[in-house]
Amino acid sequence: MSKIKLPATIGHLERLVGFVSDCAKNTGFSDNRIREIELATEEALVNIFNYAYPDGPGDLEVSCTPQQNASLKIEIMDNGMPFDPLSLPDPDLQADISERKVGGLGIFFMRKMADELQYRREKGCNILTFIFLMKKAD
Amino acid sequence: MEIVYAKEEKASVVSVSGRMDGVSAPDFEQKMVSWINEGESNFVVDFGSLDYISSAGLRSILVTAKKLKAKNGRLLLCSLKDTVKEVFEISGFSSIVPIFDSVKAAVEEI
Repeated sequence: MSKIKLPATIGHLERLVGFVSDCAKNTGFSDNRIREIELATEEALVNIFNYAYPDGPGDLEVSCTPQQNASLKIEIMDNGMPFDPLSLPDPDLQADISERKVGGLGIFFMRKMADELQYRREKGCNILTFIFLMKKAD
Repeated sequence: MEIVYAKEEKASVVSVSGRMDGVSAPDFEQKMVSWINEGESNFVVDFGSLDYISSAGLRSILVTAKKLKAKNGRLLLCSLKDTVKEVFEISGFSSIVPIFDSVKAAVEEI
């Protein structure tokens, strides 16, 4: 397992996504699947940057663990406000341009790109666990 | 992310390369808004060299498209790579913004 801990700010997005991307590459994921993993990771991170620490600075930690069945487990942990992104509904994907809302897509992408996605609150921390298979099941 | 602007006879062609993510998407939106405010109303955005887009990128496109619609302008996209195209398709954005195979095909549509 490898991990990285950094302040939860947008300025660290590139480094955090790059860290996950390198893990996926070293595990043998295809470039296309890596783009999908980057997308799910970015959406989870941006939510934390925006909402976890309304009262001041805080950190987040990302860990990557290659699994035996050609998959990668990615955990993202913060000790900010309790927030379960999976409790939110998907956006209306059919809405036309004037009706279409600007938010909600991030969580949809997290769900869509991951093979498994779980949230738990443990010891004052939000923990999101993604499982990505090398080839996403349809 | 790099953005190159070219004023053509029928449209402004904006070529975007690299990654449109939570850091760079606001930059795209800001540039588009400033060109719209200068009076440009027909845009072809060439994503031929765009490797990655997240919801932040889609958000900036939606904001720009709404602004243009209010001014009777147009926003057309073209030359999307497969991974970028996938993001447009699963999010339903491919039915919000017209997508073409080439800059030429998009410009002809205007």
